[in-house]
Amino acid sequence: MAPTIKELMSQIRERVQEATPAEVQARAQGGEKLVLIDVREKDEVEQGLLPEATHIPRGFLELRIEALAPDRKTPIVAYCASGNRSLLAAEGLQRLGYENVVSMAGGFNRWRSEGNPVVVPQRLSEADRRRYSRHLMIPEVGDAGQIKLLQAKVLLVGAGGLGCPAAYYLAAAGVGTLGVLDFDKVDESNLQRQILHSVDRVGTPKTESARRTLLALNPGINVIPIEARLSSANVETIFKDFDIILDGSDNFPTRYLVNDACVLLHKPNVHGSVYRFEGQVTVFHPPAGPCYRCLYPEPPPAELAPSCADAGVLGVLPGVVGLLEAVETVKLILGAGDSLVGRLIHYDALKAEFRTLKLRRDPKCRYCGDGAKFPGFVDYEQFCADPASVAH
Amino acid sequence: MAVTVKIPTPLRPLSRGKDSVQVAGATAREALEGLERECPGIRARVCDEKGEMRRFVNLFLNDEEVRHLQGLDTPLKDGDILSIVPAIAGGMEAGLAESRRGRNG
Repeated sequence: MAPTIKELMSQIRERVQEATPAEVQARAQGGEKLVLIDVREKDEVEQGLLPEATHIPRGFLELRIEALAPDRKTPIVAYCASGNRSLLAAEGLQRLGYENVVSMAGGFNRWRSEGNPVVVPQRLSEADRRRYSRHLMIPEVGDAGQIKLLQAKVLLVGAGGLGCPAAYYLAAAGVGTLGVLDFDKVDESNLQRQILHSVDRVGTPKTESARRTLLALNPGINVIPIEARLSSANVETIFKDFDIILDGSDNFPTRYLVNDACVLLHKPNVHGSVYRFEGQVTVFHPPAGPCYRCLYPEPPPAELAPSCADAGVLGVLPGVVGLLEAVETVKLILGAGDSLVGRLIHYDALKAEFRTLKLRRDPKCRYCGDGAKFPGFVDYEQFCADPASVAH
Repeated sequence: MAVTVKIPTPLRPLSRGKDSVQVAGATAREALEGLERECPGIRARVCDEKGEMRRFVNLFLNDEEVRHLQGLDTPLKDGDILSIVPAIAGGMEAGLAESRRGRNG
């Protein structure tokens, strides 16, 4: 006669060892490399799970265990909510040849009621799973990476040619907090390249225009408009709440402030610049690589500074460079791949050439050099000549 | 040694628009002297009065900055590529661009 479930469970208890939460805790604290497997269903795990535990629902356990623990001698603790499903789970593992499996008596509920530590996993909502499904398919992103993106805080210095495309894609990618810093208002001549703005926003602050476009694309993120001109007085306060600074500025005084604050606050500075058909991209993050001042200790003096009348840029070019900055930003957040720290990509659009140059930290750099004491911020003067004063 | 010097956009008015110039020279310094003969006025944009590299301009030999090699005394070999890489601020300014003094003069 077939056994009742009660009889089956007591038969399994004869074959499968159980351990109390206190015993499991003692083994884990004793330094044993225990593999903890939470066999509950997805919605149960959302309330929390044991630290270091891996969630494999009971139905997938046998199918996935070999990837997690190829060695059949691995010490494994299976647990569920109250200790019944984990008995069945442990028996299933024994059938696969695992010799050292226990089921945690009383399960997660007893573990928690006895005051043991629990971690609540960050979960993606169903809406996020749909929106970011193409990210979730990539092993380098996946759930964990998308959660990192959603938790990341990136400051865009400038909502102009570089900042617009970078911000647009970072918003699309689900970077959870985007600070947009700019003091300027939208001008008709911006629209040739600054794709967050539009004709009906001419005269609107760029920060507000950017916020509206970014939230229209992705209402699930937080956009912080910061309508200010960066100076030595506000740079530290503005930067301190962000993880990564993306420099999309258009002048030397700002670039040096961005660099110096990033050095001081140990934040990665994703750097891009453009001129006509040429672009440069790198990531400054000493001591792994140089800072901007290792490359260019001081800005050009006024007599060698150009006139703004010389300015000009192919409208598409900051798109390319801004998006390279966005890619580097996402990689930094994910911790994926090789960042551009210590390398500079030089793009010549006319030649259709990308070249990579090596950048090295200057150990004698006044800002990031060995043992350097922060020399303070410098408010360089804006030395772009007034075009009207330039004789033609 | 025959080497190629890559000219950044802001200096191309001095190279008659050319993005690279072939010069001869056994060292980086000699190559810059050769470049000055081809493109008069360019050296002053890249080097200071003492003949050293300006601090807002870098010179790369292939993919290495010459400062981390032997500076302007770095020896060259046939086929080397020297790249002048100025600090570029953004769409508005670029170090090295035609100076106000130059334009007014």
